[in-house]
Amino acid sequence: MIRLPLVLFFSAALFSTGVYGVLARRNAVLVLMSIELMLNAVNVNLVAFSQFWQHVTGQVFALFVIAVAAAEVGIGLAIVILIYRNRETISVDEVNLLKW
Amino acid sequence: MGPGFTSYAWMVALLPLLAAAVTLFVGKRWPGKSWIYGVAGVGTSFALSLGVLWDFVQGGGAYESSVTWFAVGPLHLELGQYVDGLTAVMLIVVTAVSLAVHVYSIGYMSGDVRFTWFYVVLSLFTSAMLDVVIANDLFQLLVGWEVMGLCSYLLIGHWWEEKINSDAAVKAFITTRIGDVPFLFGIFVLVVATGTTNIPEIGEVVGGGDVSRGLISAAALLLFGGTIGKSAQFPLHVWLPDAMQGPTPVSALIHAATMVAAGVYLVGRMYSVFIHADPWVLLVVGVIGGITMFGAALLGLVQDDIKRVLAYSTVSQLAYMVTIMSAGPAGRDAAFFHLFTHAFFKALLFLGAGSVIHAVHSNDMSDMGGLWRRMPVTFWTFLIGSAALAGLPPLAGFWSKDEMLVAASHGHQVVFAVMLVTAVVTAFYTTRMVVQTFFGEYRGHGQPRESPAVITGPLVVLAAATVTVGFLGAAPAGAVFFQWVFFEEVETVTLVPWVATVSILAAGLGVLAGWRVYRERREPDPTLALGTFSTVLAEKYYLDRVYLRGIVFPVRDRLSAAVSWLDRTVIDGMVNGVARLTRGISDGVDGFDLTVIDGAVNGIAQTAGFTGGILRYIQSGNVQRYAAFLFAGVVVMAIVITRI
Repeated sequence: MIRLPLVLFFSAALFSTGVYGVLARRNAVLVLMSIELMLNAVNVNLVAFSQFWQHVTGQVFALFVIAVAAAEVGIGLAIVILIYRNRETISVDEVNLLKW
Repeated sequence: MGPGFTSYAWMVALLPLLAAAVTLFVGKRWPGKSWIYGVAGVGTSFALSLGVLWDFVQGGGAYESSVTWFAVGPLHLELGQYVDGLTAVMLIVVTAVSLAVHVYSIGYMSGDVRFTWFYVVLSLFTSAMLDVVIANDLFQLLVGWEVMGLCSYLLIGHWWEEKINSDAAVKAFITTRIGDVPFLFGIFVLVVATGTTNIPEIGEVVGGGDVSRGLISAAALLLFGGTIGKSAQFPLHVWLPDAMQGPTPVSALIHAATMVAAGVYLVGRMYSVFIHADPWVLLVVGVIGGITMFGAALLGLVQDDIKRVLAYSTVSQLAYMVTIMSAGPAGRDAAFFHLFTHAFFKALLFLGAGSVIHAVHSNDMSDMGGLWRRMPVTFWTFLIGSAALAGLPPLAGFWSKDEMLVAASHGHQVVFAVMLVTAVVTAFYTTRMVVQTFFGEYRGHGQPRESPAVITGPLVVLAAATVTVGFLGAAPAGAVFFQWVFFEEVETVTLVPWVATVSILAAGLGVLAGWRVYRERREPDPTLALGTFSTVLAEKYYLDRVYLRGIVFPVRDRLSAAVSWLDRTVIDGMVNGVARLTRGISDGVDGFDLTVIDGAVNGIAQTAGFTGGILRYIQSGNVQRYAAFLFAGVVVMAIVITRI
């Protein structure tokens, strides 16, 4: 039986890695992957607390999150492909038309 | 319901008005025939007037009917008719003379530039005069009275292209207005004194004895002011001779037979006011009349213009009526009889003079002479009219003058004496006029011919009337006139032999003297060769000059200038000041609006724009920066929430 704080530290590290990826990476695909890291950090937390409280709700929630994440990635990649087709780049820094 | 015709007497006054309107609007559709409507209207009125008089002869009494058209508090102004014997007789006089003039003008005015307009005003005038005669309300009377003044003005100035004519029109209008103002105030006084404007009611209230004599005297004197103006009595008689600048038919109708008689009619109609006033009021009436009677007759001696002789004669004859009004009810009735006969023979004389003028193209008797062979009809009718004016029996003028002398002989010796002397002068100037016009050698140009039948016809009719109407009031013939026209009770009329004798002697003396002096023409005219006397008469007692220097010039040059100055500086100054003040305030408000209100609105907008301009740089378009803010926000919220 793995102890709860250990798991929470793990998920926090995973989440921080995701945040770093979202904020620092320029490649749009890597940004999307970092978002997946953050979502899965949440999933870890949900499953851990579900186990801790002996309650199935957390696991159900995690399943929902996985489904939503799949849809999100699908849409996100489609957008990235369209941006690439139009501008021949997927650098987030250069996609800044929607301003001022 | 009144008897047959009498209840429709108002139509007598309305028909000429209708004729005037029709002539005005459709008169020109039928060129040269625009007289038809006026003649038809006035002719129908004349027939209806005969019916009204017939009703009265049949024994009808006074008949009144009216509608109230205006009421203020207890004061009711009415529009209606009051028909008694006097009204019936006056309706006949006005419509008969008006009809004669309407017919006469067809010939006299033919080819005139404003022929149609002439008939419009002539018919309108007739209607106004009939309104005065028939009115049962003083304000209704005043309306007709003023419309007459307007028509008189329009007709005197009918040929306004010549300045002398328009000047005469203005003079007539303004001079009569001077009398009309006291008349209006007299009505006000009567309203205050009696509380009504109904003429019969005023008579009853004034006769009732509950009204102060001072008020009645004031009212009577003020009403008499209207008479002085309209009937051309001294000192306002100066307009009538100048009014002769108008066409001759106008002089016959307005300035001899009807309008100028309206002043006399007013005194007679409101006689109860005069009789119940203090005695000195009637004395004033008598003195004014006496001065006018004799003074105007003298002026008739020196005129060369035949119409001016007749004009002064008219003033003098009207003064006869005014004077005898001061001799009590018998005098009033005699005055109306003279008004009745005078209307016919003076209209005849004017129309005859018009016929002569039409033939010789001059108003001056020095251009006439010897016309009796060339214009026999005009001559004989004119001779009849002149004999009536001179007071020779058995013509109308003799009978009416005799009645007036009889009335004066009962205790009014001064009046009697003045009338007798004036009768001599009247006979003298009448003879002078006839002799200079019709006898001797013709002195004018061209070959004068007798006027056409449309002109001589009315002359013959009026001459017949001049011969006959006198018997209506002649004592030997029953004096039926005085059973129609009376004040409160019928006066018994008798022929006083010595008065008649004296009257005939006076007239005969005047005629004989005139014939002696003028039988052979002399240069200069004998009446102009009497030194100072002639000069004073030729200058018309200097009255015109006094009025011009003493009233007209000061009013025009000083008063008008002062009023004009007052108007331009004070009144205009006040108006402009108010305007300038308003403008100043408006400018202030405008400034406040532009700076403060607009400033606040624009300021808010500018502040929002400025702030927005700064804040927009936050929206950089960089997704990762948004995310960084998002996480920072979450961190801050987490810290804040955990602290709480």
